[in-house]
Amino acid sequence: MKRMLLLGDEAIAQGALDAGLSGVYAYPGTPSTEITEYIQKVKEARERGVHSDWSANEKTAMEAALGMSYAGKRAMVCMKHVGLNVAADGFVNAGITGANGGLLVLVADDPSMHSSQNEQDSRYYGKFALVPMIEPSNQQETYEAAGHAFALSEKYATPVLVRITTRLAHSRAGVELSDPRAENDLRLPADKRQFVLLPSIARKNYQSLLGKQVAFEEEAENSPFNKYIDAEDRSLGIIACGIGYNYLMENFPEGCPHPVLKLSQYPVPRNHVKRMLDECERVLILEEGAPFVEEQIRGLMDATYNILGRLDGTVPRAGELNPNIVAKSLGREIALTEDKSEIVRPRPPELCPGCPHIDSYNALNQALMELEPGRVFSDIGCYTRGALEPFNAINSCVDMGASITMAKGAADAGLFPAVAVIGDSTFTHSGMTGLLDAIIEDSPITVMIVDNETTGMTGGQTSSARGKLEDICKGLGVPEDHIRVVEPLKKYHDENVAMIKEELYHKGVSVIIERRECIQTAKIARKLAKEVKS
Amino acid sequence: MKRDIILAGVGGQGILTIATIIGYAAVERGLSLKQAEVHGMSQRGGDVQSHLRISDAPIYSDLIPEGRADLILGIEPMETLRYTTYLAPDGWLITNRKPFVNITDYPDYETVWKEIEDLPRSILVDGEKLAREVATARSMNMVILGAGSPFLDIPAEDLEGAITAIFSRKGDAVVEQNIAAFRSGRAFAEESNLATE
Ligand SMILES: Cc1ncc(C[n+]2csc(CCOP(=O)(O)OP(=O)(O)O)c2C)c(N)n1
Repeated sequence: MKRMLLLGDEAIAQGALDAGLSGVYAYPGTPSTEITEYIQKVKEARERGVHSDWSANEKTAMEAALGMSYAGKRAMVCMKHVGLNVAADGFVNAGITGANGGLLVLVADDPSMHSSQNEQDSRYYGKFALVPMIEPSNQQETYEAAGHAFALSEKYATPVLVRITTRLAHSRAGVELSDPRAENDLRLPADKRQFVLLPSIARKNYQSLLGKQVAFEEEAENSPFNKYIDAEDRSLGIIACGIGYNYLMENFPEGCPHPVLKLSQYPVPRNHVKRMLDECERVLILEEGAPFVEEQIRGLMDATYNILGRLDGTVPRAGELNPNIVAKSLGREIALTEDKSEIVRPRPPELCPGCPHIDSYNALNQALMELEPGRVFSDIGCYTRGALEPFNAINSCVDMGASITMAKGAADAGLFPAVAVIGDSTFTHSGMTGLLDAIIEDSPITVMIVDNETTGMTGGQTSSARGKLEDICKGLGVPEDHIRVVEPLKKYHDENVAMIKEELYHKGVSVIIERRECIQTAKIARKLAKEVKS
Repeated sequence: MKRDIILAGVGGQGILTIATIIGYAAVERGLSLKQAEVHGMSQRGGDVQSHLRISDAPIYSDLIPEGRADLILGIEPMETLRYTTYLAPDGWLITNRKPFVNITDYPDYETVWKEIEDLPRSILVDGEKLAREVATARSMNMVILGAGSPFLDIPAEDLEGAITAIFSRKGDAVVEQNIAAFRSGRAFAEESNLATE
């Protein structure tokens, strides 16, 4: 049997490939990026012609995967948790259309917000869309989850959501591979109206989806990923979801003395839960993320059982789990030997020396110097670090694309000048439609696209904007004399400041494209060029 | 056997190379391994750490519990102090001596070194100096790996084998330099360790 050392992200990718994947669709986002990058790298995937190019955003990725499923093949779409907000329309409605070829929706959540704006728990989305979910606890299960999810998806013609979290996505462990399965042949849906969500058809599909819920729960009841492990000491029972199970077992290397329900497939299997509630005096619920299972079990009135978890403070309400938090919730706090050092200072990531964003912000700050601060709306990417010292250049970062639309709203309220700073990849992800709104109303905003010609923040993936920005802006209707392209370099500082000032006071939409390649991708390109030569 | 190791440094300093080499040697020995890495937010210039767990029994948690690390191995001294609460009662802290200063409020160097020296089991290594003596300053991370190696419960030959395997792509000269750096770090730690005992 073949064994590999894989990140959780790589395990789902390899699992999907071995289960006959025909295409992965994704927009980068930590901690999910390495899934698609792995498939792009693997020789076998290239030889098979497995689709793995990046999509413009999570919604286009979700819908393309649904299209591949429509055509009968196995498709996976991957994203970080907030990506599911963008893809939600496609995702929830894919629940109603159902799938044809296996459709795996992989979402990587980021509790504790290691690199995210929030710590939303994707399991709520799975329940909302009424689809089965798998939440593997380790790398081996992550590998196996892919094949299991595809089989489940095809058995019930439904998308299946697989949820992982940062610590699993970015931790490496040994994984045993199974024999690969061939890809599906092209096979269109038997019912040619399955995917037509006209109300009359949607109502029928929805009834059928509701009808499948009992079977979904039975699948969870009998899932190889769920286990009821009985034990002597029933003063406490523990429901351990996903990687919560690992932290529990870390505290009991010799075996847990209490009954444990290891929970890795949803909907919540009520029979297992009922048994635990009936047989144990108290039940502790360990979940990586929000109190998703806990809320369902407590219900609104929270009267009948003795339940411990995030809602009563036994486990902290926010943030990821770890072995110490779990130990404490079990009343077995691990003693520490050394104190926390008092002299350690925070060391946040910074813009690289030579980064083009530095010159863009220096010029923008100077152009805005005479004005009262607080008028720069920005977005998500490396350039968000412009919010911190020494720049203090931006005043918002909310969700991808919100810079342009918030600047427009503020301009509507009378703020002038109002500025949006957005990255090239973020612009094609979700900035273009907002710019169209501004153009239609000729809103007096200045949009600065900081074009480093890559998706820098997530490690330099190809940006859909590459070579297209001027044409996109022109096509959307920005007047050509207000599309300005500059090179953010120290030696052009004065002329760049003058130019920004001109556009700031223009009473309509202007777009300034600050174009200079990311120094990290430029460095890699130079190295590759050298290797090719030698 | 079980070893829980926290690797600490600043983004771009090469802690993942150290993790990869220890991991490679552990897997070759048939041990179980879990290695939690920090990715994304392209942590450039920011603090980075990796949890590396090796055992001959199954490993559950990807994260090392606070209070249970056998070794904190660092490329930057203040960064190792960030994780002191992870140290087990008989845990060691071994780190490169030279501060990497990219923040305005970096603490006084002497205070940092003193706090490390005051720990019951710690070694400060002048990684750059040792590396330059036998190779180039770039092999500093192999000096640090060498300094940590007596505490890993993995034979030195196995670690050298892993260094060879991982650097072989870059040619024999690079492999030799890195092995020389590794040996010099190991010798230094063995001497300091004897001196403290
Ligand atoms: C909906 C959503 N998808 C993905 C991400 C992850 N993400 C944050 S910034 C970014 C890319 C930014 O690239 P770009 O706009 O080109 O700016 P750069 O980092 O290159 O400066 C990505 C993929 C996110 N935060 N939200």
